[in-house]
Amino acid sequence: MNPVRLTGRVGIGLARMTGRVAIFAARGLSRVTAHPSELARQMLHIGWLSLPVVGLTALFTGAALALQIHSGGERFQASDVVPAIVAIGMARELGPVLGGLMVAARVASAIAAELGTMRVTEQIDALETLSTDPMGWLVAPRLWAAILCLPLLVGVGDIIGIMGGWLIGVNALGFNSSTYLSNSWAYLEQWDVVSGIIKGAFFGFVVAMSGCWFGMTAGNGAAGVGRATTNAVVAASVGILAANFLLTGLFF
Amino acid sequence: MIEVRGLSKSFGAKQVLDGLDLSLTKGESLVVIGGSGTGKSVLLRCILGLETPDRGEILWNGRPLSEQRAAFMDGFGMLFQNAALFDSLPIWRNVAFRLLRKTGKAQARAIALEKLARVGLGPEVADLFPAELSGGMRKRAGLARAIAADPKVIFFDEPTTGLDPIRAAAINALIRSIVDETGASAITITHDMTSVRSIGDRVALLDRGRVRWQGDVSQMDHAQDEYLQDFIAGHARPNHSHPEA
Repeated sequence: MNPVRLTGRVGIGLARMTGRVAIFAARGLSRVTAHPSELARQMLHIGWLSLPVVGLTALFTGAALALQIHSGGERFQASDVVPAIVAIGMARELGPVLGGLMVAARVASAIAAELGTMRVTEQIDALETLSTDPMGWLVAPRLWAAILCLPLLVGVGDIIGIMGGWLIGVNALGFNSSTYLSNSWAYLEQWDVVSGIIKGAFFGFVVAMSGCWFGMTAGNGAAGVGRATTNAVVAASVGILAANFLLTGLFF
Repeated sequence: MIEVRGLSKSFGAKQVLDGLDLSLTKGESLVVIGGSGTGKSVLLRCILGLETPDRGEILWNGRPLSEQRAAFMDGFGMLFQNAALFDSLPIWRNVAFRLLRKTGKAQARAIALEKLARVGLGPEVADLFPAELSGGMRKRAGLARAIAADPKVIFFDEPTTGLDPIRAAAINALIRSIVDETGASAITITHDMTSVRSIGDRVALLDRGRVRWQGDVSQMDHAQDEYLQDFIAGHARPNHSHPEA
């Protein structure tokens, strides 16, 4: 095929897909107050039930980060920076990114599998025959629940991650407990925390959007649902890393 | 009541509906039959607005259905092939789904229990989830949901698929009695000739995206159409070839 024609065809295809996804997102976000009870239910599923996995991830990450910084810092007599680097690293990067990735694995897959199954078993068609807009009933509560819950999860993850560093710092690296904590706060700026929380909201959107889009557009049968689930997790994970790069460039 | 004129719909190169004309009068039970891929489900999906036809129009009470979709849907019920009950909701909430937007929880539950009883399901199933019911019970629950808001129009998509003959006969009898009782207009899609005879007032045979034959159920056995007779008798055709109408 003519390379110019091929490039044009790919470009048009990408533009068309981008437009469809953007309209889908806009329709989902605009129906925020349609079903408050569903929003509450999704906040429970996406936020509350993700706490254990996000908390454990943050705990181990904070602990490992403390060990790494202590080990690396010793090379140039700077092991005292462990509390500050753990706090800044967790708040700015690791809390939101790792929390987002863990939620992507847990939530994007669940949303895509649930909505995909509903699609192939005609439950979404049934909603329409019951005068209920699937975007309002299914998509909006999931999008908004993830956007609202991810920042909270990131905040909790930051605290647990710093506590993970503190546990290792005090019990294995010889830090004084109160000195560790005061050093953590001393070098942590408000924007470090706020920027991570803002990232969390964007990551929540990316996670729920991936799950909803691939679920609602799932192909036929079990294979279609399987593909939708895989695609949702991959898209959410890559989307989080790409969004993190863009937001970090924008914020700092 | 519903009039379909010159409806055409294709998916890629495949022409599924090709200028189909069909009508449904008030209180009538129409059964649409035809081989797999002849456009029966696409016809229903076009009427419901789930697919956009390429050409043709669908009228409801003489006016384009697309202009009065919300009003049509408010008086509409549908039994899906596999019931399509919402997995995450208990049975009574499935049945009362539409009612819960208009009435209180207690009243909606009372109506749901009444409709469940109408289709032969006791109150003990009300708090179960769809996955806990057998195929026949799910169909009944789907039927209860379809009639919960006393619809004026009901669609039944393959109502007896996957059921044993005894349960299928029970569902057929139930559908017929509900249509008679409520005076609703009904379109049923099926391959099951027992369902045709039990449920239908009138039959339309679809072939290559058009209505090939239509008439009263009582005329069906004496019709001259060779394909219809093969369909009724279940005769195989070499290479699925169809005689011209």
